Amino acid sequence: MIIPQLSVFLENKSGRLTEVLEVLGRENIRITALSVADTSEFGILRIIVNDPEKARALLKDQLFTVNISEVISVMAPNEAKYYAKVLKILSDLDISVEYTYAFSRGAKSVIILRCSDNGKAIRALKEHEMELLNASDLYKI
Amino acid sequence: MDREELSGVQGNRLMETVERSYFNVPYYRHKMQEAGLGPESIRSIKDISKLPYTSKQDLRDNYPFGLFAVPMSEIVRIHASSGTTGKPTVVGYTRNDISTWSEVMARTLTSAGANRNDFIQVAYGYGLFTGGLGLHYGGEKIGASVIPISGGNTVRQIQLMRDFGSTVLACTPSYALYLAEAIEESGIRREELKLKAGVFGAEPWTEKMRREIEAKLKIKAIDIYGLSEVIGPGVASECLVQNGLHINEDHFYPEVIDPVTLEVLPEGTLGELVFTTLTKEGLPLIRYRTRDLTRLNYEKCKCGRTLVRMDKCLDRSDDMLIIRGVNLFPSQVETVLLEMTEIKPHYLLIVDRINNLDTLELRVEVDEEFFLDKISQLEELRKRIQDNLETSIGLGIKVTLVEPKMIERSEGKTKRVIDKRKF
Repeated sequence: MIIPQLSVFLENKSGRLTEVLEVLGRENIRITALSVADTSEFGILRIIVNDPEKARALLKDQLFTVNISEVISVMAPNEAKYYAKVLKILSDLDISVEYTYAFSRGAKSVIILRCSDNGKAIRALKEHEMELLNASDLYKI
Repeated sequence: MDREELSGVQGNRLMETVERSYFNVPYYRHKMQEAGLGPESIRSIKDISKLPYTSKQDLRDNYPFGLFAVPMSEIVRIHASSGTTGKPTVVGYTRNDISTWSEVMARTLTSAGANRNDFIQVAYGYGLFTGGLGLHYGGEKIGASVIPISGGNTVRQIQLMRDFGSTVLACTPSYALYLAEAIEESGIRREELKLKAGVFGAEPWTEKMRREIEAKLKIKAIDIYGLSEVIGPGVASECLVQNGLHINEDHFYPEVIDPVTLEVLPEGTLGELVFTTLTKEGLPLIRYRTRDLTRLNYEKCKCGRTLVRMDKCLDRSDDMLIIRGVNLFPSQVETVLLEMTEIKPHYLLIVDRINNLDTLELRVEVDEEFFLDKISQLEELRKRIQDNLETSIGLGIKVTLVEPKMIERSEGKTKRVIDKRKF
């Protein structure tokens, strides 16, 4: 249920994101989800790819600062109230969400979460019968 | 005084300096003994080439007072080098040294055209830095009215310049330009000011900057040179001809050497400037390597002075930077970075001059082990690097976190500094 996610340090300059994607694209790495957090000077690119170890090695070769972090993923109907419900379950247990992003496909949305305690979050969401995704589920989307 | 007579005076003073250093400073005695020399080995100024060199590191190794040649009861003033980390360079003056300093500063101001009728606004910092007090004593010596306003507080600088009728401004050249622009903005008309000359030093500046200062402030801009180890300002200064700086060589004997082979170079060749103090009591220096690059010119000047002239110093033979008058070695930055485990000591320092003030940016790589995809963590790290640098170096440095590939990698000599300022 823990999903490996690539985090790449990027300077806030045009062309940097393109370069990352081109490096991955040459080796046919597929991207399931992507999000960028930025400040005025730098950003962090977060991507879920089908082969994170290979992607990490490719980027490292090109001298990017890259790391693999862990996130969890929930599938829910793409209505705001379900997103709210997920967050409420976590906050009720004092599990903080460090960041989250989502995309939808048809009537469903896929929510990615990085929590202060991912294991505890998985247990809580399971108890509330939320649909948790494995990495292999995500790569198929 | 003709050159032959001057050489005689220099020779006698050198013998006295060497004798005092040999008997009163263990460091000099050991160094001379190692070279097989005693005080009797020096019989004229020509013998100076036998003596070993002294460096800034020797001063640091003997921190704080190890090279002083008189008992501390004879020392009436202590100054120290600006802003360096760890051990600063400490210099001590006897009463006679202060009098010598006043004398050479009086010459400096006189050669800039100042006299007892002038109002000298000393906008150099007062304190451990030698700039403020050096100008101050020289100004008093010529009987001028000295305004010890010290550095900073630009609004008050301009107000007093107008109200007191300052005629001579003493500060760093970059601050002079900054003041010139502030005056323009303040709406004060040039006719309200009585300024006629400026004595500027403590940092390198170009002819272009001089023209700019002279045009904006409508004054004669005079270059002055000095370093605290030798005495402070007053080692050399331009006259109104503005064609080289006259060295006060009856007090400070100059040589120009090849910084690699350490051979003395013939007149007119560019090399590293070396000084031997001829009259100093507190801290005599023998063949002290300044690291400043220049050339010497023994021709008589149009102003009538026969003192040897040196070119404006624009380059150095080491990697020291002068930022807002503060000396900075890139190694100091490296020391701070090495103490922090979250970053790699891959860095690039970018020096620039924006609106006439020096700016310093440090680009540094984040260590992959520490990079855990949180913005707040990176921001906190950036701030901590900045704070650590400010604490140990005393300079505000803008820190930017960068991708590894943005800093050039090479074996051996990596470029650590880009100085965009045009000297």
